[in-house]
Amino acid sequence: MSRAPQNRIDEAFARLKRDRKKAFIAYIMAGDTSLERTKEQVLLLERCGVDIVELGVPFSDPVADGPTIQRASERALASGTAMRHVLPFVKELRIVSQIPIVLMTYYNIIFKYGEQQFVLDALEAGVDGVILPDLPPDEASAFISYAKTGMQGKKLATIFLVAPTSTGERVKKIVSASSGFVYYVSMTGITGTALNVDESFARHVQSVRGRSRKPVAVGFGVSSAQDARMMREVADGVIVGSALVRTFHERPDVAESFIRELREAI
Amino acid sequence: MPALDELEQAYAVARKDKTFRAEIAHLNSTFIGRPTSLYYAKRLTEEVGGAKIYLKREDLAHTGAHKINNALGQCLLAGRMGKKRVIAETGAGQHGVATATGAALLGLQCEVYMGSIDVRRQALNVVRMRMLGANVIEVPLGSRTLKDAINEALRDWTTNIRTTHYVLGTVFGPHPFPMIVRDFQSVIGNEARTQILAAEGRLPDCLVACVGGGSNAMGLFNAFLDDAIEMVGVEAGGEGITTGKHAARFAASGSVGILQGCKTYVMQDENGNVLETHSVSAGLDYASVGPQHAFLHDTGRVNYTWATDSETLEAFGLLARTEGIIPALESAHAVAEAVKRARTLSKDKIILLNLSGRGDKDVQQVAQIQGMPL
Repeated sequence: MSRAPQNRIDEAFARLKRDRKKAFIAYIMAGDTSLERTKEQVLLLERCGVDIVELGVPFSDPVADGPTIQRASERALASGTAMRHVLPFVKELRIVSQIPIVLMTYYNIIFKYGEQQFVLDALEAGVDGVILPDLPPDEASAFISYAKTGMQGKKLATIFLVAPTSTGERVKKIVSASSGFVYYVSMTGITGTALNVDESFARHVQSVRGRSRKPVAVGFGVSSAQDARMMREVADGVIVGSALVRTFHERPDVAESFIRELREAI
Repeated sequence: MPALDELEQAYAVARKDKTFRAEIAHLNSTFIGRPTSLYYAKRLTEEVGGAKIYLKREDLAHTGAHKINNALGQCLLAGRMGKKRVIAETGAGQHGVATATGAALLGLQCEVYMGSIDVRRQALNVVRMRMLGANVIEVPLGSRTLKDAINEALRDWTTNIRTTHYVLGTVFGPHPFPMIVRDFQSVIGNEARTQILAAEGRLPDCLVACVGGGSNAMGLFNAFLDDAIEMVGVEAGGEGITTGKHAARFAASGSVGILQGCKTYVMQDENGNVLETHSVSAGLDYASVGPQHAFLHDTGRVNYTWATDSETLEAFGLLARTEGIIPALESAHAVAEAVKRARTLSKDKIILLNLSGRGDKDVQQVAQIQGMPL
């Protein structure tokens, strides 16, 4: 039996750095129509060279998400998907795939599950990190400490979000609370909004990258290969969510070519 | 978060600023019509045949509900922060109307989010907001009520954070909102305390207020928290607790959770997803409740109960016929509970209830429910 890597996210970024490449992080919603379909999607993403999969776990009130992911969340809830299904799903997926998996959901889902229990179950299942857009680092000390303590030497990465409006003091706090990578939100707003990058953008991303050795990935609003090409110039990774969710839902026939095009660009 | 820090700092400065306080006091008396009266409901008391019932007449405040106290305060705050645009969520429409009014008064651009179910059942207030120059944005998502209007307002705020202030309408959301809203609403209890002392020479035995998010109740209770007075918050019992069609967060199926930036009681399922709620009143039809109420519930300082839709409609009619006052359906929940309690108390006891709003907005809906021709 081969030994599972200690931290798949760190390994992925180390490999990318060696190869002078940028990370392609792809978001999909777990249980969007069904978990069987989610499995096919993850495997397709891996085949097309995606480096990290961000797996959404549906929540009834996704305040950080735009209409595309809100609707995906509604479809996933309608298919009966909850955290207690997603963790066994990841565990089963680990038999066939070692792609780094980051769960993205909202704090109440984890809170209701039980923070400590969640960390243990997630690590046991083979989850590598968590993104909770409605949990600021100020309120996350208990969760971070559970995630750092981890289980049998394995730790769960806690990825926090930096906004363009985050001041120096906040950026410092967010970067220090983050592990795995730092999520740079490309704009003030919600997921899936059209990208509108001002000139201070690159400067701000650079200043965040300059604060630590932690990789910085940019997300929110990256909807085309052209956007992705722009983002890869300033960041260590590019996150594509809504555009991918929409393509998988509306045009599954062109999903593969879209993913390959994005991979090419990043 | 930076916006919350900015708001907290701006408010900390404003609350100590004599000019700001004078401006609020001036608008309270000249624009809102404060102090609102404390009215002894003599015929209602006689009809019920128990404790004396006093009404704190927030229905007489300009725009017809207590919501203006907070909306105007926050619009002034927005101006101080240099924000030219305000947004708000609304359920019953009263907070939307109040914000639209504050925006008109101060020359701010205003957009109000409202669930599509509420747009239909509170149609009058939609028209009022539009007449006041506000843009009403219908929210066809989720349960299509207050909760979803808040979600959309939060999404707007995070998108337009540099130019926009979010005038949150109740003691909910992330700090400093519950504190700011409580402070702006505490004028209700401060006045009521002075007024009942003048009228009766003593404090009341019991305070009653309806609780959706909980701003009118916090506004009333806040001045009496250190007194040995019973306080009752009335939630929406909907079609009855056992039916599951209600919004009584402190009753069955409510448990501690995190929603829309605060930790409080939430009606949720075992996975942490928020449940659908039901109430005849749009303003109480909400799956969560302000964190200060969660605290007052857990410490036992305030008792929380509920009135069902049918009890509420009965109280609505009773107040109209005995006192010539048509209450908002939200406030009618408090009337129902006050009547229930007054019956069991002797005539020397005093109940003070917050009549948080007037019922013009509900006339059409109640007529439909009762099969009256329109």
